[in-house]
Amino acid sequence: MAAAGHSAGVRRRQRKVLITGLLFTSPWIVGFLIFQVYPIILSLYYSLSEYNLFKPPVWVGTQNYTQLFQDEKFYLSLYNTVYMSLFGLFPHLAFALVMALLLNTNVRGQSLYRTIYFLPTLVPAVASSLLWMWLLNPQYGLVNQALGALGLVQPNWLANPDWTKPALILMGFWGTGTMTVMYLAALQDVPKIYYEAADIDGASLWYKFRHITLPAISPVTLYLVIIGLIGSFQYFTQGMVFAEASQSVGGPENSMLFYAIYLYQTAFSFLDMGYASSMAWVLFAVVMLLSAIIFKTSAKWVFYGGDK
Amino acid sequence: MEMEHAAEFVTGARRRRLKVGRVIRTTVLPHTLLCLLGVAFLAPFAWMFLTSIKSVDEIFKLPVVWLPTRIQWQNYIDAVQTIPFQRYTVNTLLICVLSIGGQLLASPLVAYGLARIPFKGRDVIFYIMMGTMILPYQVTMIPVYVMYNKLNLVDSYVPLILPNFFGSAFYIFLLRQFFRNIPLELTESAKIDGAGEFRIYSTIILPLAKPAIYSVALFTFLSEWGDFLGPLLYLNDPVKWTLSIGLKAFIGEYKVDWGPLMAASTIFTVPIIVLYFFVQRQFIQGITMTGFK
Repeated sequence: MAAAGHSAGVRRRQRKVLITGLLFTSPWIVGFLIFQVYPIILSLYYSLSEYNLFKPPVWVGTQNYTQLFQDEKFYLSLYNTVYMSLFGLFPHLAFALVMALLLNTNVRGQSLYRTIYFLPTLVPAVASSLLWMWLLNPQYGLVNQALGALGLVQPNWLANPDWTKPALILMGFWGTGTMTVMYLAALQDVPKIYYEAADIDGASLWYKFRHITLPAISPVTLYLVIIGLIGSFQYFTQGMVFAEASQSVGGPENSMLFYAIYLYQTAFSFLDMGYASSMAWVLFAVVMLLSAIIFKTSAKWVFYGGDK
Repeated sequence: MEMEHAAEFVTGARRRRLKVGRVIRTTVLPHTLLCLLGVAFLAPFAWMFLTSIKSVDEIFKLPVVWLPTRIQWQNYIDAVQTIPFQRYTVNTLLICVLSIGGQLLASPLVAYGLARIPFKGRDVIFYIMMGTMILPYQVTMIPVYVMYNKLNLVDSYVPLILPNFFGSAFYIFLLRQFFRNIPLELTESAKIDGAGEFRIYSTIILPLAKPAIYSVALFTFLSEWGDFLGPLLYLNDPVKWTLSIGLKAFIGEYKVDWGPLMAASTIFTVPIIVLYFFVQRQFIQGITMTGFK
């Protein structure tokens, strides 16, 4: 009897905990259902329909997808986007790491420098893109003035399709402060004793970097690569603003027609919501696949400290 | 200091030379590089501001003039008159304030549930929430737009503000990490005294979590202040535009008025920079807090 009464009490308490927990988390759960679950299901349905917002969707099966894989602009936008991930993200990461290493030498004024590198990340994307349009102006811009002074080539950044993406990548270096701050925090967490032990063995600077520093900060690298890749596949604002100079979505020869921009154009300029939805699902699949691959390989190159 | 062991074997001169080399490597070189890079990072800000106080003649002058011969504020007057600047500032601030309100109501509440109430299914909810962070915005963008369109809410601020009232995965995660690190003993005695979870949340946890809450408020402000895609999607009527959309109007078909545009960009950027200097500590803390281990 006593045992039964006890377990009933436990159950009652557990139920109370469950209800309280659900009440606390209910805002997110409700939002998740309205803004994610329901739209995801709907999006899948749209992707299999022809839909222009004014007439109800008409089921067309996989037609949007077959059309997509024959669409030259789809491949072009995918190419432009992958270009940005490869030649944008990884150089930016390496640069941020170098900056963090320099800051971590404990020079005087460390926090001042950190502030200076971080400030540009606070500038809204539209404002920084407009500012860089001016900095990259072929005749009067600061960048070409500097390149000219060094006797280097002075490209017509925003008008020449070969130079538009490098222009965006160049601008991206200015916004690497967040990565630098995260790397710096990770570097400061590496136990000094590792370096001291290596010094006793007479290890070189490179050896210490390669075998102590890099593994120790690898969790942050993993995070930045994942977040960066997801971000680069949604690259939008900067490309939209830069293309404004040539008064066309996508810029000269569609060299800045990034995936998210093409998707936006398809949905809201051409009102081809079904086709755009199929693009969104392909994007989702690519992002999922890449994240999965990175996580899988991360077992080989990411090291977690023993204490946590 | 490990040098000292080797010191017995080297002559004084060589020791000095080693020391000089070390000083160059560990102090002079990093310092020089940091200085040069610092100048490079600050130059765009300087260029933005200096362009905004130059006359048209000096903006388009070769070779480049860094400092204007005569400071003039005409560009600021033009900027404020080219677009309805006050109106856009009010619109943008309205969205920011209501969004912050929504986030601060919802995100800490959810985070508390996930951090400190051991209910069944909690971990499942947490992992699903983390999973939603890799869901591209583009997947839900179209159906959500259609939904607002059916509710006649396109061209209003509702689509930009409302989602904040349901919390956002990233902020919830950030707050959860913070709440978990608050020692259990601090709430245990209140629990024994019969305080409910909500009392503990509002009277003990929230006051302790101020730095994390400030970070969330700041991040929300930053992302709403600079948001481009949201207003571009939902705001058609130019009277309702925000600053980030309004700035685009400076780019004309044949020419760009760089002076007024740089003036407008300066006005758009300065509040954030000023804000940053007030709350710098929380800010950097907030960013490194996400350095999940």
